[in-house]
Amino acid sequence: MKDNPFSLWVYLSQSPLLWLTVTLLVYATTDAVSLATRRHPLANPVLHAMWIIGAFLLLTGTSYTSYFAGAQFVHFLLGPATVALAVPLYENRKRVVASIVPMLVALLAGSVTAVVSVVLLAELAGLPREVVLSLAPKSVTAGVAMGIAESLHADPSLAAVAVILTGIMGAIIVTPLMNRTGVTDYRARGFAAGLAAHGIGTARAFQVDEIAGVFSGIAMSLNALVTSFLVPLAVTLLVR
Amino acid sequence: MLASLGLILLCQLIGEAVVRGLGLPLPGPVLGLLLLLVLLLARDRFALLARGPLGNAGVETASKGLLAHLSLLFVPAGVGVVQKLDLLASHGIAIVLVLALSVIVTLLATVLTFRLVSRLLRHGDAR
Repeated sequence: MKDNPFSLWVYLSQSPLLWLTVTLLVYATTDAVSLATRRHPLANPVLHAMWIIGAFLLLTGTSYTSYFAGAQFVHFLLGPATVALAVPLYENRKRVVASIVPMLVALLAGSVTAVVSVVLLAELAGLPREVVLSLAPKSVTAGVAMGIAESLHADPSLAAVAVILTGIMGAIIVTPLMNRTGVTDYRARGFAAGLAAHGIGTARAFQVDEIAGVFSGIAMSLNALVTSFLVPLAVTLLVR
Repeated sequence: MLASLGLILLCQLIGEAVVRGLGLPLPGPVLGLLLLLVLLLARDRFALLARGPLGNAGVETASKGLLAHLSLLFVPAGVGVVQKLDLLASHGIAIVLVLALSVIVTLLATVLTFRLVSRLLRHGDAR
C-alpha cells in the first residue's frame, strides 16, 4: 500500500464489493432526487443512475465485465422480482378477472404494434440488419429479450440496451402522453405502460397508482409470452 | 422473511427447470409467477397450506419489499450501454428515434384498445 497508492484501487476495483456499493449508493441518490421532485418523469432514477455509473466506469477505465461482477447480484434479483409480481396480482385478482377481455385484446394489439412498428421504423431509418433484429424484442423485459435476440443470431447485449432505453423513454413519456389522451382509467394506463416499457414502465406505474402497477405487471408478463412467439414471425415477414 | 424469499426462489427454480426441461418458449420466472399465484389461491382453499411463508402474509411482505425497488434492478443491464458507445456514435440518433416513436405508438395502441373494448363491453351489459 505504501509502495503503490494504486494497489488499494486495483484490489477494490476487482472485487464485487466496490461496484455493488457504487450501484446501490448511486441509485439511492437518484431515487432520493426523484422523490424530492415528487416523482417527476424526467428525474427517472434508472436513467440518471445509468449515466452516472457509466461515466464513472469510463473515467476510471473500468471494463463493464468487472463492473458486472459486482452488479450481477442486483441484476440477479430481476427473476425473483418477476415471481413476486404474483402477489399484487393475487391481491387484486377480482379486478383483474373483471377486465380479462379488454386486457387480452389490448395485449394482442399492443404486442403486434410494438414489434411491427420497431421493425418497420428501423428498416425505414436504414439501420443494419443486425441492429434491426436486436431492436425487435425491445418491449419485453431484459432477460427475455436477450434470449430472443440470441435465437435470431442478433446481438443480445444490444437487445438489452434497446430494452433499457425503451423502458426509460416509456416511463418518462407515459404520464404526459396519457394525460393528453384523456384516459383516466388506471387499469388501461398501467396495462399500456407494462406492455410498452416492461419492468421500468411497471416501476413507474407503481409510483403513480397501485392498480396501474398491478395491470402493468400483468401486461409485462403476458407480453413476454406473446413477444417470444411474435418476433421470429415478424422478422421472417418484415425483414429483408 | 428467509422462508418467504426461499419460496420465491423455489418458484423461480421450478419455473426455470420446467421451461428448460420441456423446451417451452416462455421465460422461467413467468412460470414461477404463475406457480406462486396458484399457491396463494390454493392457500385460501386449503387451510393446511396457510403456514410458514404462506401464513401471516410472509411471502406478501417479502414480495412487496422486492417490488418496492424494481427500478434498481435494471441499473446493471442499463450500464451495459458503455459497451455500445461506438454503435451509438454511428447509429445512436436513429436508434433512439426509432425506439421513442415505437414506444409512443405502442402505448397509444394499447391504451386505446383497452378503453375501446371495455366501453363496448359496458354498453353490451347495459342493454
